[in-house]
Amino acid sequence: MERVPVLKIGDILLVSIQIDMEDQVALQLQEDLAERIVATGVHGVIIDISALDIVDSFVGRTLATIASVSRVLDAETVVVGMRPAVAITLVELGLSLPGIRTALNVELGIAMLGSREDDGEPEDDEPDPVVVTES
Amino acid sequence: MNDESQRLPVVTDQDVVRVRQLVRTVAVAVKLSLVDQTKLVTAASELARNTLVYGGGGEVEVTRVHNERRGGIRIVFADRGPGIADLDLALTDGYTTGGGLGLGLSGARRLVDEFDIDTEPGKGTTITIVKWCR
Amino acid sequence: MPLSPDEARRFAALLEGQAEQLASRWTELVAAGLRGRLSSAELRRQTTDLRRAFQQAFAGGATDLGQDAAAELRAQLTELSSGRARQGFSATETAVSIYAFKDVTLEVLGDQSDAATLRDYVAFSSFVDQAALFTFDSYVRIRESIIADQAEQLLELSTPVVKLWEGVVAVPLVGTLDSARAQVVMERLLQTLVDTGSPYAIIDITGVPAVDTQVAQHILKTVVAARLMGADCIISGIRPQIAQTIVALGIEFGDIATKSSLADALRYVISQNKRSGR
Repeated sequence: MERVPVLKIGDILLVSIQIDMEDQVALQLQEDLAERIVATGVHGVIIDISALDIVDSFVGRTLATIASVSRVLDAETVVVGMRPAVAITLVELGLSLPGIRTALNVELGIAMLGSREDDGEPEDDEPDPVVVTES
Repeated sequence: MNDESQRLPVVTDQDVVRVRQLVRTVAVAVKLSLVDQTKLVTAASELARNTLVYGGGGEVEVTRVHNERRGGIRIVFADRGPGIADLDLALTDGYTTGGGLGLGLSGARRLVDEFDIDTEPGKGTTITIVKWCR
Repeated sequence: MPLSPDEARRFAALLEGQAEQLASRWTELVAAGLRGRLSSAELRRQTTDLRRAFQQAFAGGATDLGQDAAAELRAQLTELSSGRARQGFSATETAVSIYAFKDVTLEVLGDQSDAATLRDYVAFSSFVDQAALFTFDSYVRIRESIIADQAEQLLELSTPVVKLWEGVVAVPLVGTLDSARAQVVMERLLQTLVDTGSPYAIIDITGVPAVDTQVAQHILKTVVAARLMGADCIISGIRPQIAQTIVALGIEFGDIATKSSLADALRYVISQNKRSGR
């Protein structure tokens, strides 16, 4: 079975999903990430799904679970790079991915995690304030 | 006038991936728009997983179809599983018996143009979906 | 009664022998029907080409318009329909131009009214009918494609997505939003967010005359899809009447930011930016 690689960059774990995942691969990723968060002590996880041409309810649920589990382990998850067609389909499907923070690309995702830390604010239930780095 | 069908078994996780890939290939061939391709492949993924998880495995048949005005794709998901006892309930958003989000059936129905379900408790379930080019 | 290959060849000889007379008479008849909306030089060119194409088809032994020998004739007929459709002539006017060829040929046959000639003529006549129907068909097809092209151009024209500020794009919507257009707007807006890496989008509906439940649904779906991708949408330019309708229809805009003008929306986005980037 294939495995999705997990890279550590500074205080962040970066996962870039490049394959059409079998359900088992998605579940394996969920486990791997939890272990790596504990082993590395990072506070942020970025999951890049820009290569995924669909997100169905199973993958959606896996992403939500990853976000919840990481939160329990004191790491914030940001899902980045969702394609427009995927977003439109998810809306139609009725999947709103509650509890998942999203950003347009990896750069904006990293900025989002960075500003969180500076604030040191507790997690709120407000819709995501999106962050732009000032150039 | 319909072209030849392509059939795939659905008995493992990997088969669900194969169904997605086949549907994607055919969707590109009939020139569905990108968004419609995505909707159809997502619906096929949901339904193929249902066939595997709830139907205990089965078969998928993908066919290019035509009517007077346009082309499209018809996909049939068939299993010989336990069937669905309460169809109305199964088609309700959020209802699930398998620990999922309960969006598989109702969600898939919203993603396609035609959705037909034929089920009998103890005999199995056959779901037929069609997506037309715009 | 279809044309036999022999009859076809006899007609080819006739069309060749009387080429000049046929073309000028045909031009006159068509010109009378179109009442001067096409120059007679232009018509003359068309009838000359068509006469030659008919002649070639018959010489090749064509007994049916679908045959290979009639390929050139079909091409000429399509070209004629295409030209007429674009110049704004009706389908009937186009088909009648072809029917006129029967009258012209009958005049040329003149006194040779023996039974054999008559039989030949009836077969020839049904071949010309096929040709006329063919122009009718291609006329309709061409008109449909012109309409489809125009509809698409209109969509392109009416849905610009503009970059307003660093990280902010805007769609000024003008005119009625139907389902097809809303879909185009939605896809284009979301794609622009990705392409420009803009986390903010302003949907300005100042130019939208009315909002019904469906339109509101489309806007809401766009906003939700953008949020799933990690971008925020602000809706601006809601006129008092539309605000009344939205409330009356019971549409929930929920926590979506709404501003009365595009300027307000931009100011809001910039202040949000400052706040979160402190």
